[in-house]
Amino acid sequence: MSKQPGRDAGHSAPGETDHQSIGAALRGYVAGLVIAALLTVAAFTLPMTGLVWGPAVPVALVALAVAQMGAHLVFFLHITSGPDDANNILALAFGVLIIALLMVGTLWIMTSLDHHHMSAELLQRMQR
Amino acid sequence: MTAAHAKLEPDIAPPISERGPAPKKIVIAYGFWIFLLSDFVLFSAFFAAYAVQSTATAGGPGGRALFDLKLVAAETALLLLSSFACGMAGIAMMVKRERWFQLAMAVTGLLGAGFLAIETHEFVKLVGEGAGPQRSAFLSAFFALVGCHGLHVTLGLVWLTTMMAQIRTKGFRDDIERRVACFMLFWHALDIIWVALFTTVYLLGSNI
Repeated sequence: MSKQPGRDAGHSAPGETDHQSIGAALRGYVAGLVIAALLTVAAFTLPMTGLVWGPAVPVALVALAVAQMGAHLVFFLHITSGPDDANNILALAFGVLIIALLMVGTLWIMTSLDHHHMSAELLQRMQR
Repeated sequence: MTAAHAKLEPDIAPPISERGPAPKKIVIAYGFWIFLLSDFVLFSAFFAAYAVQSTATAGGPGGRALFDLKLVAAETALLLLSSFACGMAGIAMMVKRERWFQLAMAVTGLLGAGFLAIETHEFVKLVGEGAGPQRSAFLSAFFALVGCHGLHVTLGLVWLTTMMAQIRTKGFRDDIERRVACFMLFWHALDIIWVALFTTVYLLGSNI
């Protein structure tokens, strides 16, 4: 099916590949597979190689994971930055906002509670 | 308006708000995309709980002692290849080749089943070592998060076989194709969650 200007223009379904030729669709999936595999191998081997300064390893791992999730979104779910994908991107942006609020908020509150948890002797001193 | 006409004078195309409703295929995939995003939010709550509890081992074993990264690497490879095979099934559906579609879906399902087999093996081994979900808050959060993903994969396998059967009996009908498209989004989304999972749980858990 070729993409019809008119009715379909301005909209794109997530995961949609059928406005492409087989070759283009196949190339997209192969590119996604190669990029994802490279990022995965990098994430698994990075801590062993010692290429990255020890305390920075978690940050590097998270960066690799975010990059791989991006590659999956673009090459497998076909969420791109094209004008037809505006609705999908907006929904994704809202989802990311909620997830960020939930994760950062939880970790912030819980570590803060942990730090400010009153020790027994402090409590005794205050009661005196 | 003809396609050629629109190509010559793109300015003439009416604005999106005046083009009427989008085709059903696009509306359904968009709705399913919103469901997937809500599923990501659900998982983020499990991730947050895990992150908070990850050090609460109650004197029991921690991630470094429990996790076998070779198994995790195998799981990751199986799920990534499964996602790729699912894409191949999507291309076969695009060109309406049933034999290739069924083959690619079968490969997708077998790789997914292999992933589940390794995960089950890991869970059985952990429980056998006395590191079950009741051992510590860390292990409760671990089994809840990884188990929730495994449950999603299991449901995905049920959905996958249903779709193979429906394509077999009903053929590439529009409504069946829309269901398959939703299944494919679901399957790719599970792989995205696994990327977050193997990084935060297994890699960070073994290296910090």
